[in-house]
Amino acid sequence: MGGAHGHSLHFHGHSVVHRLPAHLKLVALVVYVIAVVATPAGQWWAFGLHAVVLVGVMAATRIPAGYIGRRMLIEVPFVVFALIMPFVAQGPRVQVGPFSLSEAGLLAAATLLLKGTLGVGASVVFAATTEAADIVTGLRRVGLPRQLVEIIAFMVRYLDVVTGQLIRMKVARASRGFSARSVRQWPVLGSTAGALFIRSYERGERVHLAMLSRGYSGAMPDLAPVSTSTGPWVAALVAPAVSVVIAVTALVLR
Amino acid sequence: MTPVLELKGVAHAYPDGHQALFGVDLHVHRGERVALLGPNGAGKTTLVLHLNGILTAGAGTVTVSGLPVAPENLLEIRRRVGIVFQDPDDQLFMPTVRQDVAFGPANMGVRGAELDAVVDSALARVGMSAFADRPPHHLSFGQKRRVAVATVLAMEPEILVLDEPSSNLDPASRRELADILRSLDVTLLMVTHDLPYALELCERSVLLSDGVVVGDGPTVSILGDDDLMRAHRLELPAGFDPHRV
Ligand SMILES: Nc1ncnc2c1ncn2[C@@H]1O[C@H](COP(=O)(O)OP(=O)(O)O)[C@@H](O)[C@H]1O
Ligand SMILES: [Mg+2]
Repeated sequence: MGGAHGHSLHFHGHSVVHRLPAHLKLVALVVYVIAVVATPAGQWWAFGLHAVVLVGVMAATRIPAGYIGRRMLIEVPFVVFALIMPFVAQGPRVQVGPFSLSEAGLLAAATLLLKGTLGVGASVVFAATTEAADIVTGLRRVGLPRQLVEIIAFMVRYLDVVTGQLIRMKVARASRGFSARSVRQWPVLGSTAGALFIRSYERGERVHLAMLSRGYSGAMPDLAPVSTSTGPWVAALVAPAVSVVIAVTALVLR
Repeated sequence: MTPVLELKGVAHAYPDGHQALFGVDLHVHRGERVALLGPNGAGKTTLVLHLNGILTAGAGTVTVSGLPVAPENLLEIRRRVGIVFQDPDDQLFMPTVRQDVAFGPANMGVRGAELDAVVDSALARVGMSAFADRPPHHLSFGQKRRVAVATVLAMEPEILVLDEPSSNLDPASRRELADILRSLDVTLLMVTHDLPYALELCERSVLLSDGVVVGDGPTVSILGDDDLMRAHRLELPAGFDPHRV
């Protein structure tokens, strides 16, 4: 679970992209993804330019390409889905080698692949350059409701603790010769889940006591660092702004 | 002089009917370092939770520097009594160490540069300044415990209460924590069944057993009283002689 620094997607570094405030990166990510999604199918040059923008940002992060590539494997289910489309879609067909493929399906698959890859790539860049704590801060800064942000913050904080507990319980089970090979063993898995739930619930109560002991009275103080200068805004929005221009041009030229 | 901590006849029964405390009397004066000793289930944690009003006594009173622990005083009481809980994962719940240490003073209304100063000084006192911007779950257990102490020091408490501070610490971390606790200029109540630790840090010990105080005096004489120790299931490590430390 994670390295010495950050969560498992995080790649420690000090590039421009790493240093940008999280909420700006979040806004930039959303704007970029919207621009990519809004780009009409078939405008291949536009997708090419979006990719150039993304690769430019990736280069600026100084994260090894292999690292980003491995993290992008999350996209595989979409790739499979895209590969199936040309076979099952209706309409006029083209012959490619031994296969008869749907033209509409091919176009849709290519578009899905391109948009998916660009979106996943941008998200991986965001995740790799932003610490979990900063993502939480960023969500608060972009105006997500307080309660929701607090729930996410606790989740981020205790994910490792609860996973650790689960792993220890699994080890303890296995040490006494247990392995979940058949349905008859499901009750044991069920009771593990139950025990984990109870432990987490008790942990919640103890954390609440600790919060009360330090004067908590129903509202979390906003302690995340603030940045006020406009410099970071400009830096963060350069890339997505370029993509918006690309998307608009593509829409107009369609 | 008003004691920092004064308990008179504190009794407590949990909602399930289990009576954990039967009339506890205890005084702690400014500058004292007191160990609260007792076997598992003696009621030590229950007692600690009365000191800042998390639990309310069924009978008896708790006062902190003359201020009774009562609903209308809770915020001030919780500033005056700093409790470090047994499991630091319960105590450190904010995304970063710095935000966690700031949590208490921020609840007391401290903000801005003053808050930063308080946080920096608390972290410096436990030697954890370099870790301010780390998430707590990436610290070692000993480091977490030190940050937990800092979260409480930041509230500038009149008395620092620690529940089993040496549990789960390796010998080096145990030593580092002892050095830190010794360097602090605060009144200390330390719950423990680590008897050598009590002897090392606290001149006075109070022995709690089955919800009553059964011994109160210099740590050396409490630990040296073999009959008392045996009667309450407390054992010194083999070969440990309290008079020769
Ligand atoms: N929430 C609770 N409900 C009921 N009984 C409890 C609760 N917490 C503790 N007890 C009981 O109260 C007694 C004292 O517990 P505790 O104060 O935790 O002891 P210590 O910290 O000295 O080991 C024990 O017998 C324990 O089982
Ligand atoms: Mg206890």
